[in-house]
Amino acid sequence: MDPLLKLESVCKAFGGLQVTNDVNMSVMPGEISAIIGPNGAGKTTLFNQITGNLLPDTGKVIFKGKDLVGQTPQKIVFSGIGRAFQISSLFPDETVLDNIKVACLSRMDKTRKFWRPMLKFKQATDEAYAILESLGLENQAQRFAFEMAHGDQKLLDIGIALALKPKLLLLDEPTAGMSPEERKTTQNLIQKLWKEFDLTLIFIEHDMDMVFDIAQIVRVLQQGTLLAEGSPEEIQNNKEVITAYLGEDL
Amino acid sequence: MKTESRFKEAYLWTVILLIFGLVPVFMTSTYQMNLASHILIWVLFATAFNMLWGLTGMLSFGQALYYGLGAYCVGLMVKYLGSAWFFPGMAMGLVASAIVALLVGLLLIRVGGVYFTMLTLAFAQLMYQIMFKWYNFTGGDDGVVGIMQPGIFSNPIVYYYFILVMVMASIWILKRIAYSPFGMVLRCVNQNPDRVRFLGRRVRRNQLRIYIISSVFIALAGGLMVGVDNSIHTDMFVWTTSGEVILMTVLGGINQFFGPFIGAIVLILIEDIVGAYTEYWSLIIGTIVLFMVLLFPKGLVGEFLQLKHRFLKLKKHGG
Repeated sequence: MDPLLKLESVCKAFGGLQVTNDVNMSVMPGEISAIIGPNGAGKTTLFNQITGNLLPDTGKVIFKGKDLVGQTPQKIVFSGIGRAFQISSLFPDETVLDNIKVACLSRMDKTRKFWRPMLKFKQATDEAYAILESLGLENQAQRFAFEMAHGDQKLLDIGIALALKPKLLLLDEPTAGMSPEERKTTQNLIQKLWKEFDLTLIFIEHDMDMVFDIAQIVRVLQQGTLLAEGSPEEIQNNKEVITAYLGEDL
Repeated sequence: MKTESRFKEAYLWTVILLIFGLVPVFMTSTYQMNLASHILIWVLFATAFNMLWGLTGMLSFGQALYYGLGAYCVGLMVKYLGSAWFFPGMAMGLVASAIVALLVGLLLIRVGGVYFTMLTLAFAQLMYQIMFKWYNFTGGDDGVVGIMQPGIFSNPIVYYYFILVMVMASIWILKRIAYSPFGMVLRCVNQNPDRVRFLGRRVRRNQLRIYIISSVFIALAGGLMVGVDNSIHTDMFVWTTSGEVILMTVLGGINQFFGPFIGAIVLILIEDIVGAYTEYWSLIIGTIVLFMVLLFPKGLVGEFLQLKHRFLKLKKHGG
C-alpha cells in the first residue's frame, strides 16, 4: 500500500537555526500516530510545513502521490488535510453551531452565496449538528464560542477541522491545558473520532500516557531531526529516546 | 420562533417605512423633508460603511472618496450634458466607484490595521486635492450649483420618495448580505483571519469584495445627495465626511447591523437641534460621543439590546 503522506528529506532553517533537519517519514492510510519531542524540537514547524503555512527550504511533502510544496494553505485544505491548533483557533463571537457550519459551507463551496440567509442552508446545519453530536457538544450549539470551557473550545477546534472532511487530520497538542480527567475523556474521544470519520491521524502530544495508549506509531523529534520511529513498545525501550526525552525512570 | 422573528422584522420595516413615508404628508415646511432626506442618505452611507468596519473589521477613513465620486459623476454629467444625464450619471458613479474600489482596494488590502486606515485616508485626500485643484473641470472649491433632476423628479416630494425607495432597498440588500454565508465569512475574517485560511477561503479576496460592495452603495448615497442639495462640493471628499460616518457608527453601535442606522438618525437630529441654538454644536456632539464611548461602548443599539436581554431574563426568572 502507498503511504498517504510522505515527507522526503524536508529541511527548514530560521536564520542559522535548523528547525527541521532532513526529516523523512511515511504515514500509511488509516494510521494513528504521535509525534513527541522536547519543546523546540520542531514539531509544530513540521505541521506548518505540511499544511502550507511554511515553505520547506528543501524536500518534498507528498500527499496522495502529489507534491504539496509551494501550494497555498487554502488549496491544501481542500486536498484533504485538516488541522486543529495548539491554542484553539475559533470564531469567538459566533455560536458553536455556526463555527462548524461555516466550515461545512466552505467545503460545499457555498461561501460566495450572498443572498440566501444562513438559516436556510439546512444541509450544512444538519451536518454541523452531526459533528457536534460526535463531539458531545450538541447541548452547547447555541452558545457563543467564547463562552465555552477551555477543553470544549479545543474540541470545537477539532470539529471545525472535521467539517472539512479531511483524510488526514493533524492535531497539535489536543489535551494541552486540560485537567487529567478531561485528558482521559479527550483521549477516548479522539480514538472514537479516528474510527468514526475513517481518519489518518497524527497528533503532537506531551502526555505520554495518551501517546502510548492510542498511537500505533510514535515518532520522536529532537532538534529538528527524526530521532526514532516505531511502535510504542519500541520507543519506550529505545536507549536514545530515553536519554534525550523520556528520562530514565519511566 | 423563526416565524416570530420574521414577523418582528416585517413589523420593524413597516414602522420605519411609515415614519419616513409620512414625512411629506405631515410636514409643516419643506425643511423637515430636506432633513429627512439627509437622514436617509447618511443612514445608507453609515450602514454601507459599517459593512467594512463592524462586519469585516476594516476601518476605512476614506469612504468619502466614493461618496464624492458618486456625487461628482452626477453633478458633472448634468453640468456638461444636461439634466437628462442625471440618472445615467448616477449609474456611472456606481460603475466608476466599483472600478476605483477594485484598483485602490488591490493596493489597500495588502496592509492591515492602522496602515489600512491611513492609506484609505491618503487616497481620499488625494482625490479631494484633484477635485479641488482641477478648477476648470470640477469648479474647484466653488463646486457646481443648480443641478436639477429631469422631469417629474425635479419635484422634491417625488424625489424624496425616490430616495426612500433606493435607501430602503439598499439597506435590505446589505442586510441580506450580512446574514448570508458570505457575510458569515466576513465576520470570520474579522475575528480570526488565520483560521479562515484553514477553511480554504481567501481572506484578501473576501476583503476586496466587501470593500467594493461598500464603496458602490456609498457612491449611491453620494449620487442621491446631489438631488437633495442640488449642488456638489469638494467637502464631500474631505476627511471630516469620512469621520462623520465613523461617529455615527460608534454612536449607534458597530457590532449591530442597525447600529449605524440609528446612529445616523440621532447624530443628524442632534446636529440640527443643537445647531439651531449655538454655532458650537460640534463641541456638544464631541462631548456626547466621548460620553457614549466611555460609558456605553456598545452604542445605542447594542446597549438597548443588552438591556432588553436582561429585562427578559429577569421576567423569566421572576415568574
